[in-house]
Amino acid sequence: MKLEDLKKIREKHQKDMILRDGDARVRVVVGMGTSGIAAGARETLRAFLEEIEKRTIEDVIVTQAGERGLSSHEPIVTVFEKSKPNIVYGNVTADVARKIVAEHIVNGSPLSDFVLEVSE
Amino acid sequence: MTRRDVFERYSKTGDNLISILHDLQNENEWNYLSKEDLQAAADYLELPYSFVHGVATFYTMFSLKPRGRHIVRVCQSPPCQLMGATTVSDELKKLLNVDFGQTSADQMFTLEMTSCLGVCGVAPAMMVDDDVYGNLTPKRVNEIIGEIRRES
Amino acid sequence: MKKRLDVLICGGAACIASHSHDFKARLIEVVKEKDLEEEINIIETGCMGPCELGPVMVVYPDGAFYIRLKPEHAERIVEEHFLKGRPVEEWLWQAPEARKIVEEKRQVPFFEKQLKVVLKNCGRIDPENLNEYIGHDGYQALGRCLTEMTPDTVIETVTASGLRGRGGAGFPTGLKWKLARKAEGDVKYVVCNADEGDPGAFMDRAILEGDPHSVIEGMTIAGYAVGAAQGFVYVRAEYPLAVKRLRQALDQAREAGLLGENILETGFSYDLEIRIGAGAFVCGEETALMASVEGHRGMPRPKPPYPSDSGLWEKPTVINNVETYANLRHILLNGADWFAAMGTAKSKGTKVFALSGNVNNTGLVEVPMGITLREIVYEVGGGIPGDKALKAVQTGGPSGGCIPAEYLDTPIDYESLAELGSIMGSGGLIVLDENTCMVNMAKFFLEFCVEESCGQCSPCRIGLKQMLMVLERITRGEGTMEDLDDLERMSHTIKATSLCGLGQSAPNPVLSTLKYFREEYEAHIRERRCPALVCTDLITYTITADACVGCTACARKCPVDAISGEVKKPHVIDQDVCIHCGSCFDACKFNAIERR
Repeated sequence: MKLEDLKKIREKHQKDMILRDGDARVRVVVGMGTSGIAAGARETLRAFLEEIEKRTIEDVIVTQAGERGLSSHEPIVTVFEKSKPNIVYGNVTADVARKIVAEHIVNGSPLSDFVLEVSE
Repeated sequence: MTRRDVFERYSKTGDNLISILHDLQNENEWNYLSKEDLQAAADYLELPYSFVHGVATFYTMFSLKPRGRHIVRVCQSPPCQLMGATTVSDELKKLLNVDFGQTSADQMFTLEMTSCLGVCGVAPAMMVDDDVYGNLTPKRVNEIIGEIRRES
Repeated sequence: MKKRLDVLICGGAACIASHSHDFKARLIEVVKEKDLEEEINIIETGCMGPCELGPVMVVYPDGAFYIRLKPEHAERIVEEHFLKGRPVEEWLWQAPEARKIVEEKRQVPFFEKQLKVVLKNCGRIDPENLNEYIGHDGYQALGRCLTEMTPDTVIETVTASGLRGRGGAGFPTGLKWKLARKAEGDVKYVVCNADEGDPGAFMDRAILEGDPHSVIEGMTIAGYAVGAAQGFVYVRAEYPLAVKRLRQALDQAREAGLLGENILETGFSYDLEIRIGAGAFVCGEETALMASVEGHRGMPRPKPPYPSDSGLWEKPTVINNVETYANLRHILLNGADWFAAMGTAKSKGTKVFALSGNVNNTGLVEVPMGITLREIVYEVGGGIPGDKALKAVQTGGPSGGCIPAEYLDTPIDYESLAELGSIMGSGGLIVLDENTCMVNMAKFFLEFCVEESCGQCSPCRIGLKQMLMVLERITRGEGTMEDLDDLERMSHTIKATSLCGLGQSAPNPVLSTLKYFREEYEAHIRERRCPALVCTDLITYTITADACVGCTACARKCPVDAISGEVKKPHVIDQDVCIHCGSCFDACKFNAIERR
């Protein structure tokens, strides 16, 4: 590819949340660095996928990322939602993951006890 | 995968020796490098056997003695020690009935010490083969070993 | 004059659709009527969420979150809340989660104090998705270098930025590249040191796992700058996930024409290969690393010649650390001045530290150089568990030293840490609380170096072992005051005569703890006592007769039968038999056993 092609790809993928119109309403990003995995992030990821499938929710995508850095609070999960603040959760075990799907994603009530950071 | 399959992945240059030794060891049922493995590597790369032996014995992750099916490496570095690595090590020794460097009677697990695994934020930690486990407690250790036993 | 109350009215689309402007207009009117304009600050903000409850309004500093507001509510809110300080309960959002959402200005200090440059993408993008990297300006810097800059201009930019090697030595990166470029020969190499062996360090692992393309891009820029066509990334075998992600990233980059032949169709060709370590800390030393890449035992060799003149296969070689490479694309995109504006006079930019040990928030912290240790430990780190006192912070791993609590306000940079007798190192920061024995800590690091010594040179092979034997005697209570002089003498000799950096820096933790915590060493020697109650051989257990009820629990637990006494009468520990295991202390339910 040439530099111009690179620039075109960049424009297409620029938005941080990649929640373009018509696409998903919510994006759940599970931190999958070795610290997270060592603290159980694989089980967390699995729990999200299973719970979402169980409830046949169609407008949520689940992806992975590296470590955000706060190892003591791993597994860490970020929830991006259209028109709402971004929420970073800590200590997200499989059980907490299921609660996040039920209470936050479905019912719109974030789990305040597990929130680490809220930002635009 | 046979030895030949391993060699086919690498060109015949000396700088591939360590990668080849890793692959040969991983393919060996008992997680070690036999004399035949070393000789085969020497032949393929056209290096003296003594040279290959010298490289294999320099690096701590290579073993020239048969080991268990799973290698359990417990981190002994200061951050893990501060957070209770000794308690975890003691539990493993008790559970597997071995000391460091030994293999359990059923040949399933070899217990080794390792230096920093790089997950100090979730200390104490250990590695079983390629999987890393953190925030360990004696209870958690029992669960993990139990799961691995069941899956084997 | 600062206003007494900040009133934020949501101006998001949904709230506006629910007539928030009408409410706002009425509120402003009432505030004016009551003459409160000087005291009340009314602002319209962007969407606060939750949209279905609009119009919404937040009042600070209370954090009262009003929902479903109407113009007719304005009067009562001003009267009761603004004037009398009593929020109108019935219009507040009752859900407890509201408080957290409301405090969107308040972030966990862990994230707030950081300045993410190198770690910008980590935790945000999918490291296995090249498009996401490109979407976040990935490979733009490389594109600019190849199409708009000459290799010399690239080197000038890196030099002007003031970037220093992040692996520990802090050598100016631009200068290293200039030397390699000027060296004779057509074949040159670029190497990335990803052998991160320092206990307590995991910055490089996170970068490789979370943003591998940033390292590839940096190494390609380096290749262009010095005239190399081939690079190697040497990763330790203890990092299988990092190897996997890096391998994947290399494949993706090649497929996309961003690596390999004719990159971005500019005519520049360059490729990278991974080489894996096999469990040898010494291979983090550059000459040992190169020996290992070549397929040999990882034995260091003397310098000069330096790698920039004679490195891999005796060709000029640039070796830099992962974090150094990860900085490059930002410098080339934003300019040398941007980078040089961060940090201190001689230490520019940011540094990623790995915080571990006795601290509440452990993990990776990227901060501008010049921040103080106090800010890192207490603000970013959230302080010490159990509110215990801080004893010291160990920086630089086994090559470094400890910084005691009284120097917490030192701004961190290469020079200031060196002045205190430590080093920046790769960035490991181990926090030690009041229950740490500094003698034991020093022994730990020394044990590590003895274990990892390659054995080539006598000062390191024999000298470190001798030092360790002295420390072991001290922690067993068999030390003498002459031992302290011996330790210092041996340290200086080993530092001056060892062949490589491992031996040259291994005595540092001992020298550092002797400098700042000599009284602990003396207590071990003169009083046969470990003040922190860590060295088991030096802990004396005695039973307090007044508190002992004679339950015999301790006597039953004692593995050597050192405790005697009749039932319901105070017991006694025979100090000659006692092996200091502490079982009695754990067994006693009456706090009758004293440890000192």
